[in-house]
This record gives sequence, C-alpha cells and structure tokens, in this order.
Amino acid sequence: MTVQELPGAATYRPTPPPAWKPITDPAPLLPDPEPYRVLGTDAIADVDPELLLRLHAELVRGRRYNTQATALTKQGRLAVYPSSTGQEACEIAAALVLEERDWLFPSYRDTLAAVARGLDPVEALTLLRGDRHTGYDPREHRIAPLCTPLATQLPHAVGLAHAARLKGDDVVALAMVGDGGTSEGDFHEALNFAAVWKAPVVFLVQNNGFAISVPLAKQTAAPSLAHKAVGYGMPGRLVDGNDAPAVHQVLSEAVARARRGGGPTLIEAVTYRMEAHTNADDATRYRVDSEIEAWRAHDPVQLLERELTGRGLLDDEGIAQAKEAAERMAAALRDRMNADPELVPMDLFTHVYAEQTSQLQEQAAALRAELDAEQDHDHSAEEGR
Amino acid sequence: MTTAATKAGTRTAKAKPATMAQALGRALRDAMAEDPAVHVLGEDVGTLGGVFRITDGLAKEFGDDRCTDTPLAEAGILGAAVGMAMYGLRPVVEMQFDAFAYPAFEQLMSHVAKMRNRTGGAMPLPITVRVPYGGGIGGVEHHSDSSEAYYMATPGLHVVTPATVDDAYGLLRASIASDDPVVFLEPKRLYWSKADWSPETPAAVGPIGEAVVRRTGRSATLITYGPSLPVCMEAAEAAVAEGWDLEVVDLRSLVPFDDETVAASVRRTGRAVVVHESPGFGGPGGEIAARITERCFHHLEAPVLRVAGFDIPYPPPMLERHHLPGVDRVLDAVARLQWEADS
Repeated sequence: MTVQELPGAATYRPTPPPAWKPITDPAPLLPDPEPYRVLGTDAIADVDPELLLRLHAELVRGRRYNTQATALTKQGRLAVYPSSTGQEACEIAAALVLEERDWLFPSYRDTLAAVARGLDPVEALTLLRGDRHTGYDPREHRIAPLCTPLATQLPHAVGLAHAARLKGDDVVALAMVGDGGTSEGDFHEALNFAAVWKAPVVFLVQNNGFAISVPLAKQTAAPSLAHKAVGYGMPGRLVDGNDAPAVHQVLSEAVARARRGGGPTLIEAVTYRMEAHTNADDATRYRVDSEIEAWRAHDPVQLLERELTGRGLLDDEGIAQAKEAAERMAAALRDRMNADPELVPMDLFTHVYAEQTSQLQEQAAALRAELDAEQDHDHSAEEGR
Repeated sequence: MTTAATKAGTRTAKAKPATMAQALGRALRDAMAEDPAVHVLGEDVGTLGGVFRITDGLAKEFGDDRCTDTPLAEAGILGAAVGMAMYGLRPVVEMQFDAFAYPAFEQLMSHVAKMRNRTGGAMPLPITVRVPYGGGIGGVEHHSDSSEAYYMATPGLHVVTPATVDDAYGLLRASIASDDPVVFLEPKRLYWSKADWSPETPAAVGPIGEAVVRRTGRSATLITYGPSLPVCMEAAEAAVAEGWDLEVVDLRSLVPFDDETVAASVRRTGRAVVVHESPGFGGPGGEIAARITERCFHHLEAPVLRVAGFDIPYPPPMLERHHLPGVDRVLDAVARLQWEADS
C-alpha cells in the first residue's frame, strides 16, 4: 500500500450550499445531504456584521490559545494538551450561542469552548497540567467538568436539561462529543433519553476525521453522523464545522428550538483536527500531508477573515488588533502557567466524602506524619550545611 | 428468617406486621413527600410499581415526573441521574436486579463516585442507587449476584445494606438525605421478611456507618450483613446447645466501615467469623478479616475465619442452596474456632 492510499477522513468537498430552510416544529429529522454553509453564500447577508467580527476575534484568540497551550507542553508546563486547532469555529460557536443560564458539557478537547464561555484560561487547564481534575466550580460557570471518558457526559446533559425543564427553567444544555464518541453506548442512551423526554439538549458532534488514529470510515457505516438522529426521532443537522457563522446559526436554531420545548437536536459539524490527537501522538502514522494541506485551504480563521475583508468589514488594522489581543492573552497565560501551582497533599483526603470516614482519617494522619518527617529531614539538612 | 427483624418489635401500640419491601416503599414515599427534590427513576418503577413493588403507588401520588419509567438503559438512567443531581435534584435510581446494574458501572465508577472529588468539593452528587442483590429466591442467571465488593472497592461511594425492617426504612431515609452517593443494597430474600413495625414512629437510625450488635455473646463474634444476618442469628441460637455463646454484629454499612464496633466485639470474644454470601476470594470477608487482624491480633485466640459463597458464578437456582452459606456452615466455622496451632 502506498502512502497515498491510506484511508483518510471524509474529506471536505466545497459544494454549493443547499437553500437555507427555516426549521419549524416538528422539524424534519433527516439532515440535508451536504453540510450547511454561510461563508461565500448569499446567507452571509443575513448575519449581523457585529457577530461576524466577534466570531473573528474569538477565532484568532482561540487559535493563539491552542498554539500557546501546545508550546506549554513542550516546555513541560502542561502534561498533555489535545489541541483543537482547525476546530475553533465549533468551539467558539458552542460558547457564543449559549445564554448565561445554559450549561455546557465539554469533552477533554473542548478547553477552548470553556474559555470562550468566560472560564479563566488557567482554571481550564488544571486537568491537563495535572494539579487538579477540575479547576473551577461547575455551578458558577455552568460548565460541567471537562470529560475524559468518551460520551459519558452526554447523559449528564440530558439529566440536567430534564431537571431544569421539570423546575420550569428555560435552560438548555449543549453537549459536545467527537466522532469517535458517537460509537459509545452512552451516546446512544443519551440521545434516546433526550428524545423520549423531549429534553432541551443540543448534541454537537465535532467530526474531526479521526478518533486518535481511526478514520471515520472505520468508525461508522452511517451516511453521516447527523443521520443517527433519525432513529431517535430527533432532527439531525449537518454543518460545515469550519464555517463559524454557519455553526453559530445551526446551533442557535437548535438551542432556540430546545428552549421553546421542541426537544433535542443532533448536529454534526464536519471539521478537521490539524494537529495530532495530543502532543503524545504521532499523526504521521495514520494520515497524509496532502489531506492536511487540503484542509489548510479551508482553515476556519482564514475562511472568515477572507469573507470579512472581502466585504470591507475588516482591514489589516482590524486583523492586527485581533492578533494583538490574542498575543496579550497568550503572554498572560504563559506568565501564569510558569508559576508552579501550589499543591496541598492533605487535600487528597478532603473531598472524597462530605465527612471523612475513620479510614480516611487514619490515612490522612499517616500522610501528615510522613510530611512532617520530610520537613524535619529538610530542616536538619539545612542546619547541617 | 424473622428472628432479627422482630427484635425491633414491641415499640408502640400502632405497630403491626410489615415487610421490608413495605418499609422501603414507605421510606421513598416519606422522602418524596418531605422534599420535592427527591425523584425516583428506573425501569418499571412507575405504573407497575417496580418488579418487587417497592415503588408501588409513587407515580400515582407524585406524578410521572417524580417517579419516572425510563427507557431500558442502566447507564442512561444513572447518567441522567448525575445531570439531575447537578441541577439540584436528589435522584433515587432503581437498578432492577444486581447483575443488570453492570452496564451502569462506568457512570458509577467514573462519575458518581468521583464528582465531588473531581470538582474539589464543588459538586457533590446526592444520588441513591438502589440495587436488589443476592440469591435465595430461585432467580435465574443474572438475578442473584452479590456485587458489594465492586462497590466497596470504589472510593467516593457509600455502601449500605439493611437486614431488618427498621433499618430498611431508616437507612434508606439516611441514604436519600446523604449529600454523598450511596449504593443501597437491598437483600432480595428479605423483602418479604416481616416485623412489627410502626411507620408513624420509625426507629431512629444513626448516621450511615454504624454497625450494631444484634446479639451479645462471649464465645465468638459473627460479623455479617444483609441477607446473612438471619442465618447468623439462627446459627447463634443453635450454637447455644453446643455451649457457645455467640455475638452477632450486623454491619449495616460496608462503607464507611465501623472498625470500632467490630474491633470492640472481637476484643471481647477473641474469636471472629465473617459471614456473607458473595464469593469469598476478593470479597468483603478478606478485607474485614484483615482489619480485625490488624486491630485485634493480641486478643485473637484463633485466625479470623470466613464463611462465604463459593468462588463461582452464581449457580442455577436448583443448586443455589449448596452455594449459599447456611446455618451448618456457620456452625462448622464456629467449631473450627477452637483452634490449636498444630491442627
């Protein structure tokens, strides 16, 4: 087998977009055969220019965040970072469509969505730095902990949305998952529960081509991941995941429908992971440069920038400003990540139960004694010098 | 079978015979009536009232939104309960049978047990997972497992199991009130055990984690829980004829484990047998025996013995009586406690 014959991701082929149909309740279940697009089509005329500029600034910032975090792994400041470079449009749109009272259920790759929603960039990285699992209060930000097991956060989103509806709150839960995650049982159970309960949930699948090394063709035999919605009785939507205003529009429409009691939607955003699965992975073993190059021509930041400059909404100065803002964010992130996190070993026992069991009290006392002995040893070593 | 249960009897004039199943149902009802955040969900818990009828009448009294028949999917049920708890509800999940809970293991291990810890205490999950467990009811394959060892081995979970009608009510109320997730193991074969019980004045049960001495004695301690308690009580009565005065400790809670009550008892008697019906290898008995040895070594007159189910997949119902530890096996172990180093 030559290199060129390696099975690749479902490659993106720009095609004329289908006519945009406003969705009514009950919405049609089957997705359109081609991903919905806004950039380069007539649909762009309907998008608020202010939103377009906001999306652009956030995309530039998100891209910079990804490169900075990746650099931090090389400096040993982050244990691991699963970059979402190439997928920024999905991440940003996910954050921007939600109201403050809504909830986001991110996967481990969705740091950027959490940050774009307003989470402190350092708090969002504690899991990946390795100092604590969740560095923020999920209730305060209405962002569930970044979820490492695949698709297990999806039923949580359903339960939360269901509970909110029972309480009479018009809260929507947006749950994010990758293409690989759609093969998990929890994905199936979550979609089924959501549809049966008419829970106000939006499922966003970022189809980035690979589950670590396994291409989509080996993941599913479905015509598209959005087609899976039909079997559950919910609308499926296919969108160009690199087209930020398109993702924003499709998500907004699904969120609005969920909010008014129309039930869940499954959205597949077709995008591409430009980097390896994480910095620990060697992507050259499973994909070819030509494929990456093809997608580079469809880069989400460039796509939007081209559209905005072409329409006279953005000039070189505007681009420079966005980049400067991103640089400031990156510099601050770098500075703060260069400080060692303060770790308290005794915290190991603090949050296992509401009240420590006698067993944990004994173990905590034992660790305390070890730490004290270490400290005494350090002191006597210093005195001896 | 009712020996242990009737101990709580004679309290009020209103007391009349009630089954453990009725006490559990009453606990759910009272918890739901007191706190609108309490929601019951599971397979067949609504219209049918549960396959064991524990949830009978709840959907009628509180509506489908409070007592919900879910799609048939254990991971989905528990996963949804996680989200409900995240939004401030107190879900009580019914897993229809012990071995049917296994699909929900990932949710239980990765999320339910860990959410408080993962979020640095910001997001406790007050979920009660009710699991009917154990054999002795003639159930076919996958209907009689004792899975407590898996739950015990998972930090973040409380593991509780009543053996009396009083405790069924009291411990379930305490579990639902707990801000931590509780795996509430219901001994199936005691569902229909009866005691004089007054739902208007239910027995006070202390915080989760307190064992209780069901029978005092001087010769040796039987340490047990759930379905094996009546077996041990019966064995203790039978042992009197042999001149043995056995103490019986009902653990009630496997996590947290009441080291104090267990150690105090064994120090008094100097001999201990742990009795449970789940497989012995890697089972609760090994852990309990080790804890006793660590704390009571100088008081022990004999090694701590275990009487457990065989290390086999739960057998077909026509053979289960050979598998389940009965009175004779407990008495045999008691006889072996007259241990001599050269024997």
